[in-house]
Amino acid sequence: MDGVVQLQRQLLDYTALLFQEGFLNDQFTQLQQLQDETNPDFVVEVVSLFFEDSERLLNELANTLDQQSIDFRKVDSHVHQLKGSSSSIGAQRVQNVCIAFRNFCDAQNTEGCLKCLQQVKNEYSLVKNKLETLFKVRKTSYQIFLLFGDKLFRFLLSSPTFLLVFL
Amino acid sequence: MESCNCIDPPWPGDELLMKYQYISDFFIALAYFSIPLELIYFVKKSAVFPYRWVLVQFGAFIVLCGATHLINLWTFGMHSRNVEVVMTTAKVLTAVVSCVTALMLVHIIPDLLSVKSRELFLKNKAAELDREMGLIRTQEETGRHVRMLTHEIRSTLDRHTILKTTLIELGRTLSLEECALWMPTRTGLELQLSYTLRQQNPVGFTIPIQHPVINQVFSSNRAVKISPNCPVARLRPLAGKYMPGEVVAVRVPLLHLSNFQINDWPELSTKRYALMVLMLPSDSARQWHVHELELVEVVADQVLNLIKPIASVKKLFISSSLAPDLPEFAVGDENRLMQIMLNVVGNAVKFSNEGNISIIAFIAKSESLRDSHAPDFFPVHSDNHFYLRVQVKDSGSGIDPQDISKLFTKFAQSQSLAARNSGGSGLGLAICKRFVNLMGGHIWIESEGLGKGSTAVFIVKLGIPECSNESKLPFFPNVSANHCQTNFPGLKVLVMDDNGVSRSVTKGLLVHLGCDVTTVSSADDCLRVVSQEHNVVFLDVCMPGVDGYEVAIRIHEKFTKRRQGPLLVALTGNTDRVTKENYLRVGINGVVLKPVSVDKMRSVLSEVLEHRFLFETC
Repeated sequence: MDGVVQLQRQLLDYTALLFQEGFLNDQFTQLQQLQDETNPDFVVEVVSLFFEDSERLLNELANTLDQQSIDFRKVDSHVHQLKGSSSSIGAQRVQNVCIAFRNFCDAQNTEGCLKCLQQVKNEYSLVKNKLETLFKVRKTSYQIFLLFGDKLFRFLLSSPTFLLVFL
Repeated sequence: MESCNCIDPPWPGDELLMKYQYISDFFIALAYFSIPLELIYFVKKSAVFPYRWVLVQFGAFIVLCGATHLINLWTFGMHSRNVEVVMTTAKVLTAVVSCVTALMLVHIIPDLLSVKSRELFLKNKAAELDREMGLIRTQEETGRHVRMLTHEIRSTLDRHTILKTTLIELGRTLSLEECALWMPTRTGLELQLSYTLRQQNPVGFTIPIQHPVINQVFSSNRAVKISPNCPVARLRPLAGKYMPGEVVAVRVPLLHLSNFQINDWPELSTKRYALMVLMLPSDSARQWHVHELELVEVVADQVLNLIKPIASVKKLFISSSLAPDLPEFAVGDENRLMQIMLNVVGNAVKFSNEGNISIIAFIAKSESLRDSHAPDFFPVHSDNHFYLRVQVKDSGSGIDPQDISKLFTKFAQSQSLAARNSGGSGLGLAICKRFVNLMGGHIWIESEGLGKGSTAVFIVKLGIPECSNESKLPFFPNVSANHCQTNFPGLKVLVMDDNGVSRSVTKGLLVHLGCDVTTVSSADDCLRVVSQEHNVVFLDVCMPGVDGYEVAIRIHEKFTKRRQGPLLVALTGNTDRVTKENYLRVGINGVVLKPVSVDKMRSVLSEVLEHRFLFETC
């Protein structure tokens, strides 16, 4: 059981670290609260949706900014979408870059936009990495608990000195 | 001589011959009279002779024969007519009886023979039962050995001792010639011979782990018969007329939790195994029986499990008592309840070195619910819920009263607790508290001080199922804390948002609050779908290219009277701009700033439904 507790602690530590470094904000906590028995995979689903959406948007942005004459309205709309998505799941750093990006768009500053695009890509891949790791940790931690929990439970049932009866 | 009325013997004959006849007749008579006596004597002794009347008949027959021969003795010389008459009578009777007996025997002898064959059958059955009894006794013996083995394994902490003991006891139970354990090396590429039964210090030779036989054994949890020529089985030097006994190998799962590096994940799916090899004595005709293989599999599976058993190492006595009025079934979160129990009992065991641990469970009535430890716990009674109170009392190291308040704080551990803990991080109780709170209950610990033991008490709210054979229902923790309505069951909501991610999030929020949610991604869809059934419509007013206000106006146009239409709430990402009047003008009842939290959504819905009017708030 101690291994499980350690793992749980590491999971919490890791999550706390992500919050501290600004990768995630309180909105992510809200999402976690929405996960329950009827909706056990809610966070994973929403985050996967975010990944898909973002990748698509980043491609579009790259294409749009690659053109000879850049359609800033289109760029703005894509960035707006990205900002909306990232704020919905609490990917703070991505969201912040998006805000700056939009300013550059309004000013029709190509260089600024390209720089922002690069930044957004970086931030996105960082947060993606972190979130994937987080899910792996969580899944593993649950698996381990089940593993330990089950063996411990069987041991309890089989040992003659334990008379633990659950409702 | 005419008046003598005698009968002459048929012929005078020789004197000698007559004398012999005389003697023979005498002896015959003697024998014939003694046979029935013997029969009677022996039959009386035996209890089970089934045909007594046959014996009577036979006896009569013999007696009469004897009588005939006896009377014959008189007819050798001159004898009177009376003797002749008696003789004749005897002979006639004898004839009758013997004929009857002969006829009866035809009938009786097959029966007697079948008695014999039944006897043989019973004897065989008895022998078979005997064999089975022998087997049962052996199995009981084996069972006892297994229990002893298990007990011994449990009462030792040292891993080395445990493994060695396992091998020894297995060897003894199954009368093995050799028993060996191969452990994987650190690199995981080889197996090293770590423990053997016969050799005191096994030469630590290694063999590579990639071997078809080893892979075969590792891939199944059954005990597999392997060839004695396999490298893992060549443990003893072959000698002379050595006919090696059958060899069986089984995998022993090893649980391996190392320190995790965040970026470098060990693959938990590939477990590590050790290999246990068991050899029957050579030059014997013994073969591996099914029950022996099963025994081996069970031991292999459980060995590592039993390396760190806590309670029996410490010889703690654990007792539990459940109140008789506890319902047989309840509705609740089984997993989380089990986690709480394991945590609480685990703590009790962890911090007690000896003594008793008692676990009591009963239904908590209202007096016992309001406790000084839980001043803000307001239990609400209803017909389909009950409060379960569980107390785990231990006689262990106790807790300093001033530390009690810190117990449920994450990661906080006092010196006294940390001194004897074996690696726990202090997280368990905090998690328990969260779970218990989610179940509408409360948890606390009482202790009179260090060394005086402690009692952990928790109360959780569980549902009573409608009928007892209902399957488990999902339990929705209905967290009630504040004054506003917590759930909006069945509230029909329409969400319009073009961003997929935020649409899912908003939907998730509303579903969590119990609403019936429909989503659309464009204004046209929204106008098409919106109907009188919808109570609330959430509009994202920042959709590019879409004028949220116009959508609001057109929604209202759809309904003849304002009152009939749904309540409109605008979701915006912008903090600036339009004033309240503008919103009111287009008939929007409320504005919410994205991103929305659960609490915010809850209060928004409450207010809008109550007042038909709400202005936000960041």
